[in-house]
Amino acid sequence: MLAQNGVPAPEDLAEVMPSEERLARGPVAMAECFQNIPCDPCYHSCRRQAIKPFSDINDRPQIDHELCNGCGMCLSRCPGLAIFVIDQTYGEKEALVKIPYEYLPLPGEGDVVEAVNRAGETVGEARVAKVQSGAKLDGTAIVWLVVPRELSMEVRHFKIKGGR
Amino acid sequence: MRHTEICIVGGGPAGLTAALRAAALGAAVLLIDRNDYLGGQLIKQTHRFFGSKQQRASERGINIARELAYAVQEEEKITVLTEATALGYYKDGVVLVEQNEKIIKIKPKKLIVATGGAEKTLLFPNNDLPGVYGAGAVQTLVNVYGVKPGKRVLMVGAGNIGVIVSYQLLQAGVEVAGIVEAAPRIGAYWVHASKVVRAGVPIYTSHTIKRAWGESEVEGATIVQLDENWQPIEGTEKDFDVDVICLSVGLSPLTELLWQAGCKMEFVPELGGRVPVRNENLETSVPGIYVAGDVSGIEEASAAMMEGALAGLNAARALGYNAPDLLQRKAEILKELEGLRSGPVGEKIRTGLAKVTC
Repeated sequence: MLAQNGVPAPEDLAEVMPSEERLARGPVAMAECFQNIPCDPCYHSCRRQAIKPFSDINDRPQIDHELCNGCGMCLSRCPGLAIFVIDQTYGEKEALVKIPYEYLPLPGEGDVVEAVNRAGETVGEARVAKVQSGAKLDGTAIVWLVVPRELSMEVRHFKIKGGR
Repeated sequence: MRHTEICIVGGGPAGLTAALRAAALGAAVLLIDRNDYLGGQLIKQTHRFFGSKQQRASERGINIARELAYAVQEEEKITVLTEATALGYYKDGVVLVEQNEKIIKIKPKKLIVATGGAEKTLLFPNNDLPGVYGAGAVQTLVNVYGVKPGKRVLMVGAGNIGVIVSYQLLQAGVEVAGIVEAAPRIGAYWVHASKVVRAGVPIYTSHTIKRAWGESEVEGATIVQLDENWQPIEGTEKDFDVDVICLSVGLSPLTELLWQAGCKMEFVPELGGRVPVRNENLETSVPGIYVAGDVSGIEEASAAMMEGALAGLNAARALGYNAPDLLQRKAEILKELEGLRSGPVGEKIRTGLAKVTC
């Protein structure tokens, strides 16, 4: 349970997950933000108005997955690092998971890293396809992880092998 | 004796914003801070802030500190004294300040107290061993001075500060063995909690630290589970090999100057302890003394900045300074502040403020 151990429950996730049908059409963002807290930068970051306007600053983000094209603008603006982009059309059996990441060193493109789930457990391996960083992202890098498709809803972190 | 229109004690988010807003209306401000830098706790906040766009959400505190400090130094109406400690407030309205081992007497027309808060501690056997730190101290070591407090940390307290400092320890390459929280629920925003949990840090709610162990410094800690009456459950002890125990068990307002000035104080647990009674203008029961930020109730930096803005505008207004849109400016800040506190996570603050705002 989220409030007890910080790990969202399957029913929490089901509520914010894009539909199977939408996932089959390409990259899309998923906001794992389950608490009414005073925060709205995600709404202001979206250039496609895919994140619905907040009537109250304490609203949770509601992503219109039809309008969202998975561009990832919101990923580096979310102070909670709680938004991820998932692309299940990346490969035959592989999916892409884009993760906001604020640790150093950054992994290198092509590196194979440990794929980690929301509970901090290693669940497999991932390949780093790309690392976006730079002044514009202001210290929040976006790491593109290639994972087996069945893990695309599990993997939300990674560990550099032999590191942390 | 130095005379000034407004003296502000504390150069953190509340004090800096108060100075800027008061000076913008035309008031002469003397801002004092005991540190050798401005920004207060903001300079340690390397994480992105929550809040609304107007409140600079998604910006990092450290960048906000730089920006505010720069604006304050550029403002001709503001004089800054750093490494200057307010020692006392006297009956005749004089603030006594020590700087460079010299005493300065300041006689302001209005005083804004923005002194912030101090960390609370926790009783447990061996809590005096070297290696037991407050979370603020750890954050200063790591984020200001680039010094690791140790190799492996047990964090006590899963409020926002405990969880954020745990995250920053991980970023600094320090291992965090776990976060212990006596309450049955995580107090921090859950997104912060999820961030450290996926990085491999377990959070033990309904647990507390039973004791620290070690000969001459911390070598480990024992934690124990608590039942619904917050009583330890025998046989649930767990040992951790850690060389640092970091306490993040709340803050209390730094109110000494207010006591000396004779401000009416109330004990309000929701606001962290004894806090001054104040009116909507953030003026205390002593006319001409205003409060802003954690000294008036423990909250967070965005609220402190907005309270600072209000206190600054109100103090300047009381001196006769005005602007055509002053009322509108105040109304906008009040509305933002209300929005920030309006949700479920603001309930405690709302309850507390209702007890001391008249």
